[in-house]
Amino acid sequence: MIGEPSAAPVATPAERRRRRRGARGATELIAAAPFLLPSLVLFGAFVFYPLVRSIYLGFHATDPFGRREIWVGIEQYQDVLTSPDFVHSLLVTGQFTLYTVIPATAIGLYLALLAYQRLPGIIVFRTIFSSTVASSVAVSSVMFLLLLNPGVGVLNYLIDRTGGPTVSWLTDPTWALPAVAMTTVWMNLGFATIVILAGLQNIPEELYEAARADGASPLDEFLHVTLPGISPTLLFVSVVGVIFAFQSFGQIHILTRGGPLDSTNVIVYSIYQEAFLHYNIGLASAQAVVLFVIVLLLTLVQFAAAQRWVFYR
Amino acid sequence: MRRRRTFARAAKRVATSSPMYALLVASAAFILFPLYMTVVDSLQPLAKLLTYPPDFWPDSPQWSNYRAAMTDIPMPRYMLNSLVMAGVITAGQVTTSALAAYAFAFMRFPLRTPLFFVFLSTMMVPWEVSIIPNFQTIQRLDWIDTYQGLTVPFLATAFGTFLLRQHFLTLPRELKDAADIDGYGNLKFLLFVVVPLSRAALATLAVFSFLQAWNQYLWPLLVTNDPDMRTVQIGIAALQAEEVQRTNVVLAGTIIALVPMLLLVIVFQRFLVRGLTAGAVKG
Repeated sequence: MIGEPSAAPVATPAERRRRRRGARGATELIAAAPFLLPSLVLFGAFVFYPLVRSIYLGFHATDPFGRREIWVGIEQYQDVLTSPDFVHSLLVTGQFTLYTVIPATAIGLYLALLAYQRLPGIIVFRTIFSSTVASSVAVSSVMFLLLLNPGVGVLNYLIDRTGGPTVSWLTDPTWALPAVAMTTVWMNLGFATIVILAGLQNIPEELYEAARADGASPLDEFLHVTLPGISPTLLFVSVVGVIFAFQSFGQIHILTRGGPLDSTNVIVYSIYQEAFLHYNIGLASAQAVVLFVIVLLLTLVQFAAAQRWVFYR
Repeated sequence: MRRRRTFARAAKRVATSSPMYALLVASAAFILFPLYMTVVDSLQPLAKLLTYPPDFWPDSPQWSNYRAAMTDIPMPRYMLNSLVMAGVITAGQVTTSALAAYAFAFMRFPLRTPLFFVFLSTMMVPWEVSIIPNFQTIQRLDWIDTYQGLTVPFLATAFGTFLLRQHFLTLPRELKDAADIDGYGNLKFLLFVVVPLSRAALATLAVFSFLQAWNQYLWPLLVTNDPDMRTVQIGIAALQAEEVQRTNVVLAGTIIALVPMLLLVIVFQRFLVRGLTAGAVKG
């Protein structure tokens, strides 16, 4: 799919052929270089070098001023993986993932199914349902800060009106993470809806016609045509959601600063705290490398799963 | 005549599917509710924000909050910073991606496939993993509080290269043969033939890049200390904590920060959908 076979070999002795191809290869490479180098230089400086440097820093301890680097070897990685704080932070991230991915995918599916109807004016609803994609993490967090205000916020007002117990959303260790998750779900709904709706639109119309010809009920149609048709899309949305969750930072920084009692201290916030507030560059780098490995595994799972799902479809 | 009949048919469909519309309207209200409440509160006098029960409608909308957001808090400066940052990142990403995608789609050279994988592999490194060394690099270059520091690390994108390459591969090969005969060099062919034929794909990338850049949070937070260099996202988040006496004005600022992106998403919906689903379709 990616590379095409190079030109047919010329019927000359192998030695000369190889030399000529080498010369031509060099010319071709020189011609392509100006096109590739801008990206390659930037990737080298801001993706590959930092990755290697993070791994290197992870083997070092730093003094509180972040200046001296002392080799501590693999020990620091072991410390990170066994430290209760980091394990706690991983657990919080895992919980946060569950609280965000499942609702966002489910509500996104519901909204996409609604917006998939062919009705006059549906485009207005499609636009509204996808609109939260425009809202940044800062804008969304500032908005929810207001709704979640324990004293005068609308959420507690509505709970109070319906007779439920009101909650100190962002200062109660039990509720802070769900509250941050709520903000995140709202923010990610637009993305989920757009992608799932596109998935629905990709299902061939003939499949529905065939199902109807066989006397399928709407429920049958949903279970045997729609759901299998969009399962690769749902998988994609959930895996991207998991990766988003593992990279979350802004909503934590604005809403809770990792608190109360570290109940919202997700992994990226913990890295930020160690590196930029406590100047524990080495420790933070080791955490970043662990994050890299986790996201890498998740991405590979996604590729493998996607291949499978698409294949069986 | 015909229009009237279509209208009648549409009206009938609207009538028969009114339960569906009820559901659609309820869902839309649910989605828009946080935005609606923010708009309401951005129009209130400060005292009204602190009263219980909360108001769901501004009795006497105070439009001056929006004027105050542009004069009493430095929203124009923040917007300018964000505009420059997002504009430079977008221009840079479109340029570097178009160049690289062109090489991968139209040129033949050794190591093409491995190099393409090198590009793709950068998508597997989350930005958050590299922030510490990148921050040190920017510090060493003395780029803290500069537009370079905000933009240069983001000027290349593997996603954009991939997106454009997919499109370039759909262009007929004969174009390149004809261009070769006419003596067009690669750059000329890219600029005068490929780019005009790829406007939709380029627009997709541009919308996507601009939205992402405008909405960034972690990196601008790290590389800006000077309040004059804050982007709009960092600005509203900081003011929200600093300016408790002007919460309503900060909320007006929040709406001002959101509106350009909302318009972008609505106007360029088609392109955005294509960008967001590029990954999904390929799996």
